[in-house]
Amino acid sequence: MSKVWLIIQREFLNRVQKKSFLIATILVPLIFPVIIGGLFYVALKEAESATAETIQVLDESKMLKFENSKQFTFVLLDMPLEQAKKAYNETDDFGLLYIPAFNINKPEGLVLYTKENPSIEKVSNLKSSIEHQIQDLKLKEYNIDEAILKSLRPTVNLKQFNLTETGEEKSSSSGLLYGLGFFLGILIYMFVLVYGIQIMQGVIDEKTSKIVEVIVSSVKPFQLMLGKILGIASVGLLQFTIWIVLISVLSTVTMGYFGAKMPQQQAMEQVSKQIAPDSEVKEAMDQQQGQVTEFLVSASEIPFTKIALVFVFYFLGGYLLYGALFAAVGSAVDSQQEAQQFQFPVTIPLLIGYLGLFMFILRDPHGPISFWLSVIPFTSPVAMVGRIAFGVPDWQLALSIVLLIGGFLLTTWVAGRIYRVGILMTGTKVSYKVLARWFMQKG
Amino acid sequence: MNALETRNVTKQYATHKALDSVSITIPEKTIYGLLGPNGAGKTTLIRIINQIINAEAGSIEIFGEPLQEKHVGIIGYLPEERGLYKKMKVGDQLMYLAQLKGLNRKDAFARIKVWLEKFEIKDWWNKKVEDLSKGMAQKVQFISTVMHEPRLIILDEPFSGFDPVNAQLITEKILELKENGSTIIFSTHRMETVESLCDHIALINKSKKNSGGAQNPGKGTVQNQHICNRT
Repeated sequence: MSKVWLIIQREFLNRVQKKSFLIATILVPLIFPVIIGGLFYVALKEAESATAETIQVLDESKMLKFENSKQFTFVLLDMPLEQAKKAYNETDDFGLLYIPAFNINKPEGLVLYTKENPSIEKVSNLKSSIEHQIQDLKLKEYNIDEAILKSLRPTVNLKQFNLTETGEEKSSSSGLLYGLGFFLGILIYMFVLVYGIQIMQGVIDEKTSKIVEVIVSSVKPFQLMLGKILGIASVGLLQFTIWIVLISVLSTVTMGYFGAKMPQQQAMEQVSKQIAPDSEVKEAMDQQQGQVTEFLVSASEIPFTKIALVFVFYFLGGYLLYGALFAAVGSAVDSQQEAQQFQFPVTIPLLIGYLGLFMFILRDPHGPISFWLSVIPFTSPVAMVGRIAFGVPDWQLALSIVLLIGGFLLTTWVAGRIYRVGILMTGTKVSYKVLARWFMQKG
Repeated sequence: MNALETRNVTKQYATHKALDSVSITIPEKTIYGLLGPNGAGKTTLIRIINQIINAEAGSIEIFGEPLQEKHVGIIGYLPEERGLYKKMKVGDQLMYLAQLKGLNRKDAFARIKVWLEKFEIKDWWNKKVEDLSKGMAQKVQFISTVMHEPRLIILDEPFSGFDPVNAQLITEKILELKENGSTIIFSTHRMETVESLCDHIALINKSKKNSGGAQNPGKGTVQNQHICNRT
């Protein structure tokens, strides 16, 4: 064991003392807020400077009304279609909308002419506005008056609560959970991939620099592999811890600078206001404030400690599972280029977990595919951390944890058998058949 | 006492037999030459002695005891395919390798200093390996093989790639180590180096016959062993 400890120490110190580690560790927490802030800024500027698109309307039915909105300015025409088309072509306007006389029970023949392909969003906004008008026309035919028409379209603010088994109501916010699952899932995917590839590179380096035979004359190949995997894991954990600390310090400092309070603190205050028996305060809040409060209440009811623990477990579990496979790949090849053909199959299940996160987990966190993705060890690291914020039954979490532990023990065992033979082989043309033979080889 | 005794050591790979019932006896405090062409199985035998791989059959005794994990500390091994961590400093690297051989930090430090002085390269401690010339790196590799004062030293093609000056220097150190009581196994395919240095020579050779009928030059078996005692 003391030899494994020596190897862990070397792997750890060797990486941590590098300049690149220092740069990555300090820059990442700085770069991310800058990028996100930059994108927000650009998006805001664009939204501010966006002008309404002009649409020329040739309405032969004379039944519809067109009101200018933020998005569209309408210009009404009164001329034959052919002439209107020609005139439109000479302008820079966004589009020409042609509405023939139509039967409201069967509206047909409406056409939108544009010069370039318009975005789906714009077209669907235009379409729904026309549909609403036709709907209103039909309702009017049934002699329903305008006041009733208006009341038919109320603005709904759907509050969400989770009813727990004990009957307790917990407010929930799908948007918030989606964001959290999305972020954590991607984080695990990136961590496992980045550090897994570091293991592979480390193994290839030892092989190409030919130090490996000297080392394995002092330690067992399995000890060397284990030491390397654990050493790099400790680098990852250190880096992650530094990021968390840096990000918290940075956000506190920035918030302090702008005179704002920490979001958690605000949340706490809002919550205490809401649960206070004095309901006047609550009533005084307008709707918008109410929504913000709901969001913060939802945030405060997410079990962050549990999520953090689950995250660390799945990071380590996923990393160990894939790390062993990456070590085996590194041991089998003589160069980085050669590694690619084996690296790809190893990353496929990880990729499936990643795609599953978007296709199933975040859309339907409690569906059968989401369940399977989050218990099968190869996809569970990404899938389970993406799912955990939505609330996962304890038995499923336990099953997933047990399977992941079993999974990494299995891959470590398989990888160890390939590794012990692979690291001593140079210049061999490696195929899956050769890998299988190494795996079966005795002694 | 014998430093090493192998009895009927056999190693079978999936496609060929690398060692077929090899028995050698190496007396203590001698230089023992293991001579044979490339691919004869010398490296396989050496790896088995170093416990890097296991034999299918046969037994090995080292200084009268059956070979076990604890013996890695009394063996020093310079493989034919040898190298160092390029990004590490000479001193750190030697400290790491010495500790893997079981020395504590204090002893490792003291012995490495002695050896660096012997080779007059004291000021290399903080040099990175990637900044060393090939000859310089070879000195460091040799030191890493002998710094823990092993009782059995195994050198696989030690002079390959050495310039004559360095080869002479290393030869002197090898003889010095023998004087101080170490046993040395010297594996090479070059007759002349063995002749000038070794007390005993074993010849490991490929089999030219195949039982299956068709000839396959890749299948080596150990057939002949001649032990010639020069003293």
